[in-house]
Amino acid sequence: MAAATTTPLKTKDFVSDLDVRWCPGCGDYSILKNIQKVMPELGVPKENVVFVSGIGCSSRFPYYMDTFGFHTIHGRAPAFATGIRASRPDLSVWVVTGDGDGLSIGGNHLVHTIRRNLNMQILLFNNRVYGLTKGQYSPTSREGMRSKSSPQGSIDYPIDPIALALAAGATFVARTIDVDAPHLQETLHRAHAHQGTAFIEILQNCVVYNDNEWLELEDRKTRISSALSLEHGEPLVFGPKGDRKGIRIHDGVPSIISLRDGDDPVSHGVATHNESHRSASYAFALASLSRPEFPLPIGVIRAVEKPTYEAMLHAQVDDAIEARGPGDLKELLHSGDTWPLS
Amino acid sequence: MAQPKKPVEDVEDVAIRFAGDSGDGMQLTGTKFTESTALAGNDLSTFPDFPAEIRAPAGSLAGVSGFQIHFSSEDIRTPADEPDVLVALNPAALHANIADLRSGGMVILNSDAFTGKNLERAGYDEDPLPELEDRYRVVEIPLTALNREALKDLKLSTRDKDRCKNFFTLGLMFWLYNRPIDSTLRWLESKFRGDVLEANLRVFKAGLHFGETTELFPVSFTVPKAKIQPGTYRNITGNQALAWGIIAAGVQLGRPIFLGAYPITPASEILHELARYRHFGVKTFQAEDEIAAASATIGAAFAGQLAATTTSGPGLLLKQEAIGLAVMTELPLVVVDVQRAGPSTGMPTKTEQADLLTAVYGRNSDSPMPVLAPCTPGDCFTVMIEAFQLAVKYMTPVIVLSDGYLANSSEPWLIPDVDSLPRSEVRYHEDPKDFMPYRRDPDTLARPWAIPGTRGLEHRIGGLESEENTGTVSYVPENHERMVQLRAEKVARIAQDIPPIEVNGADRGELLVIGWGGTYGAISSAVNEAREDGRDVSSVHLRHLNPFPSDLGEVLARFRRILVPELNSGQLRHLLRAEYLVDAESLSKVQGQPFKVNEIRARIDRVLAAGS
Repeated sequence: MAAATTTPLKTKDFVSDLDVRWCPGCGDYSILKNIQKVMPELGVPKENVVFVSGIGCSSRFPYYMDTFGFHTIHGRAPAFATGIRASRPDLSVWVVTGDGDGLSIGGNHLVHTIRRNLNMQILLFNNRVYGLTKGQYSPTSREGMRSKSSPQGSIDYPIDPIALALAAGATFVARTIDVDAPHLQETLHRAHAHQGTAFIEILQNCVVYNDNEWLELEDRKTRISSALSLEHGEPLVFGPKGDRKGIRIHDGVPSIISLRDGDDPVSHGVATHNESHRSASYAFALASLSRPEFPLPIGVIRAVEKPTYEAMLHAQVDDAIEARGPGDLKELLHSGDTWPLS
Repeated sequence: MAQPKKPVEDVEDVAIRFAGDSGDGMQLTGTKFTESTALAGNDLSTFPDFPAEIRAPAGSLAGVSGFQIHFSSEDIRTPADEPDVLVALNPAALHANIADLRSGGMVILNSDAFTGKNLERAGYDEDPLPELEDRYRVVEIPLTALNREALKDLKLSTRDKDRCKNFFTLGLMFWLYNRPIDSTLRWLESKFRGDVLEANLRVFKAGLHFGETTELFPVSFTVPKAKIQPGTYRNITGNQALAWGIIAAGVQLGRPIFLGAYPITPASEILHELARYRHFGVKTFQAEDEIAAASATIGAAFAGQLAATTTSGPGLLLKQEAIGLAVMTELPLVVVDVQRAGPSTGMPTKTEQADLLTAVYGRNSDSPMPVLAPCTPGDCFTVMIEAFQLAVKYMTPVIVLSDGYLANSSEPWLIPDVDSLPRSEVRYHEDPKDFMPYRRDPDTLARPWAIPGTRGLEHRIGGLESEENTGTVSYVPENHERMVQLRAEKVARIAQDIPPIEVNGADRGELLVIGWGGTYGAISSAVNEAREDGRDVSSVHLRHLNPFPSDLGEVLARFRRILVPELNSGQLRHLLRAEYLVDAESLSKVQGQPFKVNEIRARIDRVLAAGS
């Protein structure tokens, strides 16, 4: 997409004049800032950018971006975005959703939008709680979570957004952290460059209703042991010097092995990260790594290419025009059996 | 055409019902008879009536599929109350339909199917035929045997041979009513190959020949051409006309079409039909559910498409929250509801008009939107162009209420001259100077259609209440009230585009019969008959259900009595009473079937008798 503006855009060009109204300390502030930072770097004229959201704290997002924005209804943002992108492939479409909006009421649309592989970015802010409705457990809340609607502890088993996206056939799946600015920005760049649905789970902190849910991952000191940083072509290793460990995957089942300083991880059976592995089984094995037993994978889990829905849709239109000529209304109305009466 | 050697009699008007098992091909038989009848130059009206089950148990009452065609040398508007001829391919078809047959009418039946087991499946304790012969002219034909005999040297299974017998029946009926055969031969040749083609051609001709040679039919009949408006005609069903109307709207308004839909009876054919016309630039999207279909459609409208979503009752309910967002964000789109009998799943293949109130009121809070209803299959074409014109002119979602009867019925349709179709220019807002997303046109109160990709118009819209003009999120109490009023006033102003009401009959008098949608044929036929008999009755058929035409109150006031026939429990009557404080009375029918002319006529006579 050619940049239409003569002067390069800056972060401030993407800041709308509406006062941001998330709670002080909310993880969304960091995400907003990083997206506004990345936007001018993508080279897309801002009139071609559309942010679409549903309902929830995260869904306030479009109001704060000085682009086109559509704050829709609960859970349905991916479906609205589908209509936009399917009809207008010239637009850069970003869906912002949360664990309640995207995985509970909107689970169906998330699955089917990913399945169709429309070229758009879906950012799912996962704070494992309902914030806007003031603190009920969400589909990603841990078992036993005490909340306003589960005073004795939640008896729902949580859903894993990454595994769900993979099961839906996602061509791009990544996980990043609200306060890890460099990684978040890099992931946004990767997602935008991907041709197809790019699904990003962003671990996000709700300061009011579920504070410090991701603390061990957000805190740089503990992250080295609690996160598994994914780099394409690099071995799956984690832990500080002196306590290095690696992930082995045998028959699709991951396990942890300890490494001594100087050990070559690969020759000890540690798996090498391959985000474009043809089989999704490897990505599912990564998705199965969960705290506290395993470190949580952070980075691009899967990135493969498949034709997009809108490309195939518009190709069908083009093929039909090529085969039959552009539609002619008179010809249509007179097609098949007709008879003159005088 | 068969060379008739037997005498031929002219008749003015005939109604035939073809009935058989749902696997017997009755819909196809009816359709082919209809095409030929149209080509013969008769006016006609059809009513297919089939079960929701794809294949109900063979021979059962639940599996009976029927197709009625009414054709005439005169102007007709309904499929006829009572068929003159019933073609029954099995006892269940006879049992399910015989009560409707005109007294003294003809029953043509497949005597081979009247065996003990079939009679039992059809719920007959004993052979019904002896008793029938007192009241009807019963023609028993061993259709199965004759059909097999015609195919005896072909290498097809008996089952495959038996499947051809609808074409034997069709051939016979073509002979009986002297229908032209060319279009059917052409169709068979384009549809089948090899032995199957040979078999169908052979039994079709055998049926024609049987008619000519058998002693069962001493005469055949012709129905002279009708005197209809000159021009080129075709058959069209309501669903096909809706789909073509959507395409036409795209052409006439010069913008691309997007259709978001989820399969649902009886609306799916609109999706099927549009999916065939990608060369018009039509983009169809089969969504994962009704909500996604509506949501994607609204997304496409936001992005500048002429967007429509099609559904039936239960689907409309699922879409209503999204439609409410389109009301709030003032985006143009058209929602088509092909109404079916409800509530809930109801009777999916049967017609009803009971979604009127949900169309007008069925969203949370004050959420006004225009509602239109076509009155004939052909009118479904015109209504779609009007719906899109209103949607973009007033920046509003529009609901079009068709119904199961219109959807599947067909009529000869005078193909409109494309140059005479309404055109209008659709303009996207482009000027960034002083742009405000909710600044309104002073006449229509429409906000600008400012689509993504337009430099300098970046803005946010959503379901939260907007400040007047600027569109900024606002919780200011007075602003909310003002916006509620503006949204209502905008829809109300559509009345300025509605032409004055045309009253059928005298424009004042004793009784006004007022209806809407697919009941037009039955109501106008009944009222015209009554007028011919000297009754003081007129009729009005409403196309605009919200807002009402601005002269409706005056028209109502010119009549002493108001009768509202509807295929629901009185929903339009409810609206008329609420709006105009008139003592309208209801003629309600909720059987999943259209009105018969006689039902309306009888009520007209009763009302007039009571009033005098």
